[in-house]
Amino acid sequence: MATDILDVAGVNVAFGGIRALSDVSLRVPERSVTAVIGPNGAGKTTLFNVISGFYRAQSGNVMFAGADLLSQPAHTRSGVGISRTFQNIALFPGMTVAENIKLGAHAQLRANLFSAMLYLGSAASEERAIERRIDETVMTLLGLEEFRDSSVSGLPYGTQKRIELARALISQPRLLMLDEPFAGLPTAEKAKMAGQIRKVVAETSVTVLLIDHDMESIMNMSDQVVVLNFGQVIAAGTPGKVQADPAVIEAYLGAEE
Amino acid sequence: MNLFLEFSLIGLASGGIYVLAALSFVIVYKATNIFNFATGEMMMFGTYFFYLFDTQLGFGWVAGLGMGLVSAALLALAIERTMLRPLLGRPHIVLVMVTFGVGSILRGFAGLFWGPNVRQLPEILPRKPIFLGDILVPGKLAWGFVTVGVIAGLFMLYYRYSRAGTAIRATSIDQVTAESLGINIRAVFLLAWALAGLLTAASGIITASVNGVTPQLGLVALNVLAVVMLAGMTSVGGVVIAGLFVGWMETIVGAYLGAAWQSFIPYLVVLVVMFVKPSGLFGEQRVERI
Repeated sequence: MATDILDVAGVNVAFGGIRALSDVSLRVPERSVTAVIGPNGAGKTTLFNVISGFYRAQSGNVMFAGADLLSQPAHTRSGVGISRTFQNIALFPGMTVAENIKLGAHAQLRANLFSAMLYLGSAASEERAIERRIDETVMTLLGLEEFRDSSVSGLPYGTQKRIELARALISQPRLLMLDEPFAGLPTAEKAKMAGQIRKVVAETSVTVLLIDHDMESIMNMSDQVVVLNFGQVIAAGTPGKVQADPAVIEAYLGAEE
Repeated sequence: MNLFLEFSLIGLASGGIYVLAALSFVIVYKATNIFNFATGEMMMFGTYFFYLFDTQLGFGWVAGLGMGLVSAALLALAIERTMLRPLLGRPHIVLVMVTFGVGSILRGFAGLFWGPNVRQLPEILPRKPIFLGDILVPGKLAWGFVTVGVIAGLFMLYYRYSRAGTAIRATSIDQVTAESLGINIRAVFLLAWALAGLLTAASGIITASVNGVTPQLGLVALNVLAVVMLAGMTSVGGVVIAGLFVGWMETIVGAYLGAAWQSFIPYLVVLVVMFVKPSGLFGEQRVERI
């Protein structure tokens, strides 16, 4: 039995009178792929933003590898081993592919902003080490070598998604959060993306928590599926079990009279 | 023709002082989205810091310059930490008005401490004129320009290639993503202000090395604002070109049409540019994805 790397317990979030998440609990076992699904407005992205530290939960706990997350500011996530991608690709236009990916390792460099300003020597050698890691690992893993020094702005959508994935991976995270990795991809690229995510899980010790709407991809690649509806967890379990759950069918298709 | 070249060189050299102050303005705007109307007063106060340590306390110009620059950076950090940080998340107009207030306070303090009269800085830059063929450029102006070039060059290398520079650029593009990548954006804000303190002090000291310093030194920042608008608010390289251009045009207009024209023609040009290209010559049009 694998241990849980992420433990979300009784999280409540309200915006004014709207309860975006009510009493949401879920566990993510280490080295697994867990998918969170649900209709639009079910609270999936809100949940991600709570874990990332961008939204504040009114109550509840989020433990990551046994440590409390919610009391820490957002910029500490990367340092403890959590990285994420965004629903709308959030690459930095005007920077090259390599520069974008390098920013993903920002939290790992020991030199902080002020010491990096003063001790250019050690900061520079740290950067060279990161560049080597970019070239030797994620570039080849995700097939991005040919784009290394191009500006990200003109690249195809699917390539940009892979760059964002590479940027999330370069910090060698323990938990990788993917916000709609399949959205907007043609069918062939969806399969490629799913394969690359599974490959990353197999080759590194990363755990994946993802959100998406693409049922086929999710059911094929996930170990666990959690279903949210109106801010509540209505089902959780293996893909087969969740697909057969009457509450899930009702949420997606409406109740039979 | 020679006269035109001579005026042009003098104009470019005097545009140099706009460049550093404008860079300070842009770095703060990019990192924090705050329009810093205290830029001119930070120039002026940094210059007085140098005067204080060098002349009044008698440390000599080398130590005085170091202490002056450090004090200017500390002042900028104090402004960010005590006056702007507590207001983060308020409407931007509030923060911008605070920088206006900070400017007035600094001008008031400078008047209290150092009085309204001109204080002369020590002679650091050589006075001896430089001859390029038959063309004569006043020594202080020429060496001041060289100093500006070195500082601006170092700054641009730092901004483009260092890790901290990359963090500032990332923060200016997308704060949420920057934070999720582990960039402490509050540290970035502080760093941007510290750099702004250094740049404004350097620009003030170079400006004042010609005519001395008074509490009104900061008023030159109005011209800096025109430079920044012309360049397009966010372009570091564009600010350098725009600064030199405005300095050049001021001198040329002053030389051929007289001082009365000098005070407004350059700004008329800026106004026309704004009509034709509202994002400035080198500005990026920010398009929000949906």
